[in-house]
Amino acid sequence: MSRPVAALALAAALASPVATAQERSLPLDVLRSGLAFSGGDVRAMQADDFANPGFLWVERGARLWAEAASGRSCASCHAAAAASMRGVAARYPAFDRASGAVVDLEARINDCRVRHQGVPALARESDDLLALTAYVATQSRGVPLAVDVDGPARASFERGRALYYVRHGQMNLSCAQCHELNWGKRLYAETLSQGQGNAYPAYRLEWQSLGSLQRRIRACFYGIRAEMPRPGAAELTDLELFLAWRAQGLPVEAPGVRR
Amino acid sequence: MADSRVSVPKEARRGEPFEVRISIRHPMETGYRTDESGNHVPRNVIRRFACRYNGAPVLAVRVSSGIAANPYFRFFVTARESGALEFEWVDDAGVRGEARADVAVV
Repeated sequence: MSRPVAALALAAALASPVATAQERSLPLDVLRSGLAFSGGDVRAMQADDFANPGFLWVERGARLWAEAASGRSCASCHAAAAASMRGVAARYPAFDRASGAVVDLEARINDCRVRHQGVPALARESDDLLALTAYVATQSRGVPLAVDVDGPARASFERGRALYYVRHGQMNLSCAQCHELNWGKRLYAETLSQGQGNAYPAYRLEWQSLGSLQRRIRACFYGIRAEMPRPGAAELTDLELFLAWRAQGLPVEAPGVRR
Repeated sequence: MADSRVSVPKEARRGEPFEVRISIRHPMETGYRTDESGNHVPRNVIRRFACRYNGAPVLAVRVSSGIAANPYFRFFVTARESGALEFEWVDDAGVRGEARADVAVV
């Protein structure tokens, strides 16, 4: 991971005092979902909700939503997800007053289980947590991402931004060197995307499974030969928040399909 | 996680083919991998998949480790009479799965 001092110095150099909703790291007219960098076969798979294997998890999530855990299901409080969860995923990660920290959608679902259902949290990347997250996220399909970074989430956002622009690992690369300075160019057989997270949780053909945005970010850390933050680490949530802010305006595509 | 999704039209015209699609949640573990501790991960793929239309077999597949995880089958069946399509599969671990869909022939 980065050294905190270097990260803070860089953050101070790069960060303007306030990141308002208007300020952007990529202008709106060049903002592209990962779908724009995908081949025709991947786009066709995502366009067809039956061919998209992510819906195996969505359907499982729908069953879990209605299934009572300790006498109370998600539906007991939130009723039909189509109405109550519409737009929710587009606002996450978000500051959670009860835990005093920024949480992503997976952590929010687990908080709900522990606090309101009295059942244990689900493991990161477990099929059940992916299923519930995909089910909740898919209710926001088409809703443009719009996270709040000006309130109490500010500190997390700034940490995420600093991490994004600092060089990591043996390859000595920052996220920005691929995804801001060189997107659209070829890296071996791949086209570098802008690294947008609006399709997650997504079915990656490489994984043969649905996976979270955290898993995708960890894969990038691995790719640049940096130490991977553990699943659920605060740095990953900070990065997720920065990525969501950076992607503001792109529609939620979950569950997307990627290579 | 023995889940599956099935898609058949609610109605099909007698004598004409209709499209059947099924996707099954399955890891299709090839048997060629090791886990993080270096231990061999035993093969676990769906070995046989079959579909019956009102009891009569219309499709039987011998599936191999060359098929990706979460296999997706798409095929056509000629509409004869209203009834049920029944799907059945079994993997190396002996776990059986089944699914069913009804079609009305008009």
